Amino acid sequence: MENSFFIDSDKLSPAALEKKHRLENDPSSRTNHMEYMEGMEIIHSDICEKVMSQVAGYDYSKYTAHDVIAALEHENCSIEDFKALLSPAAEPFLERIAQRAKAETGKHFGNTVYLFTPLYIANYCENYCVYCGFNCYNDIRRMKLSIEQIDREMKIIADSGMEEILILTGESRSKSGIEYIGEACKLARKYFRMVGLEIYPVNTDEYRYLHECGADYVTVFQETYDTEKYEKLHLMGHKRVWPYRFDAQERALMGGMRGAGFSALLGLADFRKDALASALHVYYLQRKYPHAEMSLSCPRLRPIINNDKINPLDVHETQLCQVLCAYRIFMPFVGITVSSRESESFRNGIVKIAATKISAGVSTGIGDHESKYSGKKSDSTEGDEQFEISDDRSLDKMYNDMSAEGLQPVLNDYIYV
Amino acid sequence: MAIAKIMTYLVEKGDKMKNDDKLILGRKEFNSRFILGSGKYSLSLIESAIKDAGAEIITLAVRRANTKEHENILDYIPENVTLLPNTSGARNADEAVRIAKLARELGCGNFVKVEIMRDSKYLLPDNNETVKATEILAKEGFVVLPYMYPDLYAARALVDAGASAVMPLASPIGSNKGLATKEFIQILIDEIDLPVIVDAGIGRPSQACEAMEMGAAAIMANTALATAGNLPLMASAFKSAIIAGRNAFLAKPGRVLSRGASASDPLTGFLHN
Repeated sequence: MENSFFIDSDKLSPAALEKKHRLENDPSSRTNHMEYMEGMEIIHSDICEKVMSQVAGYDYSKYTAHDVIAALEHENCSIEDFKALLSPAAEPFLERIAQRAKAETGKHFGNTVYLFTPLYIANYCENYCVYCGFNCYNDIRRMKLSIEQIDREMKIIADSGMEEILILTGESRSKSGIEYIGEACKLARKYFRMVGLEIYPVNTDEYRYLHECGADYVTVFQETYDTEKYEKLHLMGHKRVWPYRFDAQERALMGGMRGAGFSALLGLADFRKDALASALHVYYLQRKYPHAEMSLSCPRLRPIINNDKINPLDVHETQLCQVLCAYRIFMPFVGITVSSRESESFRNGIVKIAATKISAGVSTGIGDHESKYSGKKSDSTEGDEQFEISDDRSLDKMYNDMSAEGLQPVLNDYIYV
Repeated sequence: MAIAKIMTYLVEKGDKMKNDDKLILGRKEFNSRFILGSGKYSLSLIESAIKDAGAEIITLAVRRANTKEHENILDYIPENVTLLPNTSGARNADEAVRIAKLARELGCGNFVKVEIMRDSKYLLPDNNETVKATEILAKEGFVVLPYMYPDLYAARALVDAGASAVMPLASPIGSNKGLATKEFIQILIDEIDLPVIVDAGIGRPSQACEAMEMGAAAIMANTALATAGNLPLMASAFKSAIIAGRNAFLAKPGRVLSRGASASDPLTGFLHN
């Protein structure tokens, strides 16, 4: 069953509703998603062409069991081997693939697993991305934390023992400007050892500024690498510009960030092609910036407020496991993060095979850490969440559970230099 | 009787050689020649790994020790063990120097293993930056053990820079591929007056033993233990292998065919005709 993304809020004005419907139904009312908007830096990178030419030629139906076995027998996994491991022909070999992935993970990461938590500081958004809870037409409680509130939230999280934080915002330059995010980074440096960002894509000089404020890792989800599908899902706003988003990690590295995170949101388009594109995006950028620390994640679509019908379609846990194992075998050195969108049992299983990092103590809402961490009812306003999480374990519970699985939880393995 | 006397003499001499045989780094003497890594396995196993390995030196990433609460790796390391903090995460000499200084502030002593990598895929060391960092840190009183690619010129530069040992890689970190750079490590052993500690890529005790037979001063291993089915037992196996290899080196191997067969008739016999 196809996802039904379009939901109308009864709070929208007739004019807003009319515009929304026009964007949804009339492609000519939408801007060119391949054209840069004013102020967007163009870096003339060669990476996109390298990635997309491989993806365009990827016919996963042509791979056979023979190709999969050969891929597993090769000491180094080539791009061709990786394509075989992602193909439907590889599914019957999932156990063998997992065994190989586990061995590769062990060589590079031993039995460690890194823990972190995200902190959403604002959920204002200027984009209309039809599957996202923050989209500008969705009727949710909007909120942007003040600097004092950020300080308070960070203290609560830091007191729980967390040492790595990922700061997130909705994609609104006007509500959550670069300086606001920079101030959040400076505060985060006070409370945490490691600060990552997952915000709207920005220009190189802005990434440099944010790096100077204390951030060192930038994650940008491309959502889907299928430009045609992207056009139909991101109907309005800066995020509509596909190529500017594609080059975001490269701009971040050019701006001095130590590392970058990549992902497609599986379930939006053909997940095998999106998985291939995500991995090749990392592969080619790593060749160009060999010092950079790369990571991949593999989120799947989740239900959002006002739309519980959204689901990851054909990407079941088996397919997700296959993708993550294929990532690990193709690029043994990259970090792999598994989101709290996934169930406790899946996360417990996959960290023993391929994943190296998981979030704990997660809230995707705004300003609700106190109520979530202490169980106290908050007396201040809270902003609504981006999506429903599946695994809500606290840091302590996660730490103990990971230890019980025979893994060594690591809260920090980083120095800002 | 004469044979028995010779035997006694050899046994006593062998025992003395073993007893006198110390690894000296920065004027500090060590009996063990097994340097243990700590970054890839459970903290709770560190103590038993040290015991079973008979290790007197353990490396740790400064960035891992740069933690606040919960479990700090430093709390798991017994006091009588020498800490060898490494500068992993450094991408150039300047960053390595800063990390080394932080190690000292954290109370990790004045030993430092300089690790400078500008490649996140293979984690190969950058020899040029390593020489620069070694020079700065040695001048500041650190006992510097640089992780390096086994290159003779770089090793000589490290000697001049004040290193206390050189730590060439056997093969890429985590690969467990063994002595892929064997010939080049042998050149360093033959030409460099500092201890040559073989680091990275040693996957099996037999490989550690081979490196020690070649004349390596010590072995450093981490992944080989971390990925073993039984870590303490593997630590013990490495310990035995390293001792065996060292003893073989001290005993001076006899005629070994792999080093080239000797002609049965002396080639220089004509000189006496």
